[in-house]
Amino acid sequence: MKPILEVKNLKVHFNTINGVVRAVDGISYYINEQEIVGLVGESGCGKSVSQLSILQLIQVPPGEIVDGEIFFEGMDLLKLKPYSDEMRSIRGGKISMIFQDVMTSLNPLLTIGQQLIEMLELHLRLNREKAKKRAIELLELVGIPDAKIRIDDYPHQFSGGMRQRVMIAMALSCNPKLVIADEPTTAVDVTTQAQLLEIMKDMVTRFKSSLVIVTHNLGIVARYTHRIYVMYAGKIVESGTSDEIFYLPRHPYTIALLGSVPRLDESHPRRLSPIWGLPPNLMDEIPGCAFRHRCLYAAQCENKSLPELKEVSPGHYVRCHLDIIKKDHEPFFRQQDIRS
Amino acid sequence: MLKKSKNRFGNLGYIFKVMFARKVVIFGSIIIGVFFLIAVAAPWLAPYDPLEQNLRATLQPPSRIHLLGTDELGRDTLSRLIYGARISLLVAIVVVIIAGGSGTIMGLIAGYFGGLTNTIIMRITDALMALPPIVLMLAISAVIGGGLKSILFSVGIVLAPTYCRLMCGQILTLKQSDFIIAANVLGANDVRIIIRHLLPNAFPPLIVLLTINLGTAIMFEATLSFLGIGIKPPTPSWGSMVMEGYRFLVKNPLISFAPGIAISLLVLGFNLVGDGLRDALDPRLRGTI
Amino acid sequence: MYNMNNYGGDLFTYITRRLIHTIFVIFIISFISFSLLHFIPGDPALTMLGPDATNEQIEALRKELWLDRPLHVQYAHWLTKVIQGDFGKSITYYENVTSVILRSLPISLYLGIIALGFSAIFGISMGIICAIRRATFLDNLISTFSNLGIAIPIFWLGLLGIYLFGYKLGWLPIQGFIWPSEGFGQSFLYSIMPIVCLGLPSLAILARQTRSSMLEVIQQDYIRTAKAKGLREHTIILRHALKNALIPIVTLIGVLARILIGGSVLVETVFNIPGLGKLLVNAAINKDFIIVQAGVLIISAITCFVNLVVDISYGWIDPRTRYE
Repeated sequence: MKPILEVKNLKVHFNTINGVVRAVDGISYYINEQEIVGLVGESGCGKSVSQLSILQLIQVPPGEIVDGEIFFEGMDLLKLKPYSDEMRSIRGGKISMIFQDVMTSLNPLLTIGQQLIEMLELHLRLNREKAKKRAIELLELVGIPDAKIRIDDYPHQFSGGMRQRVMIAMALSCNPKLVIADEPTTAVDVTTQAQLLEIMKDMVTRFKSSLVIVTHNLGIVARYTHRIYVMYAGKIVESGTSDEIFYLPRHPYTIALLGSVPRLDESHPRRLSPIWGLPPNLMDEIPGCAFRHRCLYAAQCENKSLPELKEVSPGHYVRCHLDIIKKDHEPFFRQQDIRS
Repeated sequence: MLKKSKNRFGNLGYIFKVMFARKVVIFGSIIIGVFFLIAVAAPWLAPYDPLEQNLRATLQPPSRIHLLGTDELGRDTLSRLIYGARISLLVAIVVVIIAGGSGTIMGLIAGYFGGLTNTIIMRITDALMALPPIVLMLAISAVIGGGLKSILFSVGIVLAPTYCRLMCGQILTLKQSDFIIAANVLGANDVRIIIRHLLPNAFPPLIVLLTINLGTAIMFEATLSFLGIGIKPPTPSWGSMVMEGYRFLVKNPLISFAPGIAISLLVLGFNLVGDGLRDALDPRLRGTI
Repeated sequence: MYNMNNYGGDLFTYITRRLIHTIFVIFIISFISFSLLHFIPGDPALTMLGPDATNEQIEALRKELWLDRPLHVQYAHWLTKVIQGDFGKSITYYENVTSVILRSLPISLYLGIIALGFSAIFGISMGIICAIRRATFLDNLISTFSNLGIAIPIFWLGLLGIYLFGYKLGWLPIQGFIWPSEGFGQSFLYSIMPIVCLGLPSLAILARQTRSSMLEVIQQDYIRTAKAKGLREHTIILRHALKNALIPIVTLIGVLARILIGGSVLVETVFNIPGLGKLLVNAAINKDFIIVQAGVLIISAITCFVNLVVDISYGWIDPRTRYE
């Protein structure tokens, strides 16, 4: 399968008064057709910024896309000007985004019908009537009851979960090849989360699109994705299929992350084990491994340089000097986890 | 937002740094500074006595002995302009202090006592704010008769309601704060809490209002003097100078032009500094004052 | 007072509530304006008629104005007549105040409304341009210009205009007023300078407010969503951003009404236009309190009415305030 999106060595910096923040420090990844990929990491690790850069939605001062190439349909997207016609036709038409903050992401003064129809008219060139029909269909697909009537309602007349469904409908309205969902469920309650994810999965399968889910919630990622990328401090530290990452994590951060999730299926109950310490300040140049200060295996690691991504098994890459396999989710240091 | 600092005045340095980072604020402060100096140094700076008439040299154009020319009674325009600065600034400062003081007190009373007192005071405030300022000032001046008293009173009445509303709002917000919801606290005369929590919150908008009102007061005083119900000739107020020059616009336009430029510059200075102050203290206030 | 209230589910109740509140305020204002007469040091009748008046004239005036009755009776009397449209007889004009006002009010309204339109169109457009082209030369230029616009005294600006365009260049007449019905071209020439002088501070304020509103709106999440949908820049600005930015600008209209009315006093004086403002100034100087009372009341009523309209129109503009 040829990837529909290929990101190579993306670097995004923010020039602030207090220094340069290296939000994204050289990440490379790819998305295949009809694939669901998860991008996981803590708040502030650069995952949202990386996705916004694809559509050039970063505020250019103070942000700056310093390096990298993003290949989509044969073009390097970073070479396009933000307001050029090509870029605009891609946004919403070929690559669309679902945003996190569901309460403020819809224009409060326009009806949801108007906000849907303007996209359909623009990208699919439908006339007003056809666009309205399709909009109603889309709303029905995402499960909005009485779509014919509610299409003329304003965003504040919908609950948070409903608004997110509207956003999902908007994102898929023009048959995009790729949908990027930036923390789509963070702002809603748990039951709604499950519903929204099912709808998203259903819609992308129906429209044959690929989906990137950016999140810090491992539960979602485990269940819904085919592959996962784990990010830390602006770099990708582990990548592989969901099964491999979940059952056989190889990077200390991933291990710690999985270990910190409360689980119902454990044989004996244990205390929550958070990852101690704080993420590094992205303004400082970090020589060597960024996770060192919080790594359980740091004492065993003598190499102070920056680890490269290594393929430890087919399709499974890890950025670590040590060769660690953890066969369980006990978040304790065990000497035998380290091989060689 | 303000950085935390160990002592209350540590923040001051930060505020000034942010404020004066903008060139327009520096420009505005320079203007205010210059006018202040002119006002203070008037007796030494002015080449002539502003009231001294010289009927043999009326309506002279600018020359080496009269840098801005003379008016219809032979008085030196430049000297009158310099003394005018003194008068305008003095009047403005006094008015703003009176208006700010009385308005704040009324607002505090309204907020503290609540209930009927609050309703009455706020309704009167609403009524006063509903009137166009100039109309209100005209009406009051008609009653009192013009002159300095009239200016102080009418400009004061126009400016005071804003302070009243501001402080009342601050107290009401304070009352609703979580830590005061416990009954009887405010009613139990805990003046200390009010002072400790009201002042830091109320200070930014208050000081911005004071600054901008200084400019407004100068404008209002000039307007009243121009209409003839403010400071009356021969006292050299900028507004009355413009009015006097109206008749001689053709023969010597400088009599009217010079004071107008002075008014514009000084008001501009206060506005720029006031804006800068507001943006530095809390950018969220932008557009609300 | 004029903050956003939601409609409480019923448009009618809301309007009624606002109406009652407005009427209440007008009452207070009318009382203030009425009682002005009684704050005068000395005898009101004497002050109004001047030191040359005979005793009979003073007595006649006192009887006419019920000055010897208790205050609330006077007020009630005055109020009843006002409601019937009778403001009394002017001291200086020897005619009914009502007819004097009917002559001058339309002129002021005409100039004021056109000035409002002028300042709105140019002010809002300039504000939008500033917001889109933030921190460029154009933005700084327009921002400086609007700062100046608020600082320059209107009466001085008028004098400047008279000197430059009236005297030096001779393009425009230096005083007076002509209705369009009496000659459209002439009317235009007579009205340009007054309208520009009148509208300039409002233009400046609108430009500043529009700029800051737009800048704030542009930062909002829904604008980012609009960009992510691939919409054209001008669609985003005009359709998505402007609508939202307009809300605080509409609030300004209440403030602008006050500024325009106040400005009309000055502009009419400078350009010698027989409008309500000039009437009021002359009355204040000549101590013709009958006119002053009437003028204050009418002007306040207009201002309150404008604010009421602005309040009610919130529901139309912002659908969030329409429902409970």
